Amino acid sequence: MSRWVHLVLAMLVLALLPAGFALALALGEPLEFDSEAQRQQYETLTRELRCTVCQSETIHESNAELASDMRRRVYRMTRDGMSADAIVDFMVARYGDYVRYRPPLQANTALLWASPFLLFVGGLLVWWQVMRRRSRPDDEPHFTDQERAALERLRRGD
Amino acid sequence: MKLKLLIPLVAVMALLGLLLLGLGLNSRDLPSPLVGQPAPAFTLEALEDPEVLLTEQDFIGEVALVNVWATWCSTCRAEKPLLMELARGGIPIHAFNYRDERDAALRYLEMTESPYRTIAYDPAGDAGIDWGVYATPETYVLDAEGVIRYKRIGPLSRQLLLDEVLPLVEKLRAEQLRAEKTKAKQARRTS
Repeated sequence: MSRWVHLVLAMLVLALLPAGFALALALGEPLEFDSEAQRQQYETLTRELRCTVCQSETIHESNAELASDMRRRVYRMTRDGMSADAIVDFMVARYGDYVRYRPPLQANTALLWASPFLLFVGGLLVWWQVMRRRSRPDDEPHFTDQERAALERLRRGD
Repeated sequence: MKLKLLIPLVAVMALLGLLLLGLGLNSRDLPSPLVGQPAPAFTLEALEDPEVLLTEQDFIGEVALVNVWATWCSTCRAEKPLLMELARGGIPIHAFNYRDERDAALRYLEMTESPYRTIAYDPAGDAGIDWGVYATPETYVLDAEGVIRYKRIGPLSRQLLLDEVLPLVEKLRAEQLRAEKTKAKQARRTS
């Protein structure tokens, strides 16, 4: 029985090895920069640009070929001394605003940027309503005459 | 009081409506900022001959399609009969052979017919980034001036051709004719 388990484990490891290598290759490209500032710029940019085929990954973490092309292009442009803004503009001109992981504040993203504040204000309103209702006791209890009589009897202890 | 009870129901319905709307959206249907822009510049070897260098000028001159394809892309293979029909119908199709191997691509085109007039060989996806290529296949429509007028990410279909691509090609060709006529008129006037 345990031999089977070992076999399955070994096969699993073998199956996953290529994936590991691919990851190491993708992330471990040795890159040389002229300055620390350039390295910083490259590291920041690859984490702020979206891989457009694998839409929930940045080009830093993605294994897709397009992502590696984009990394290479960002690297080359960084080495050429282009500013971070210029590189982002370059990508936006080709892939649209969608390529940025940090959407800029503009007319069509205004609602997106405002949504946390809107939700917060909405929450505050609900909270305020609830609190107001809770802190205000019913000052005038409404009882029928029968109930009043019953209460009076109880109070007297009949 | 009764109305207040309806609030959660309305809220849930609104949320469900939003989600339903989201289901219908295709996250790949992204607007391309390149539509309306001139064809991006590139310099690449021709697929058939590494000695020949192609630039965007080789794609420009008449209303044409630019198709991005590769042999490893099965959707491109499926799309090819449609491209063949277009080519036979007289619509010039240029192409980027994207992230492919030259030998494989040539063998593939030898075995089947080629719908392409000009094929630029882009093994590293360099021109791909300049043209904002997401994934193969992709198809652009260029007008006679070389301005990108349409972009399709993903395969073409007969319906898409009938609804969008062919009417656009017709329209652009008419524009081209009109432009040529006015140019000829001006030339006559000045001479």
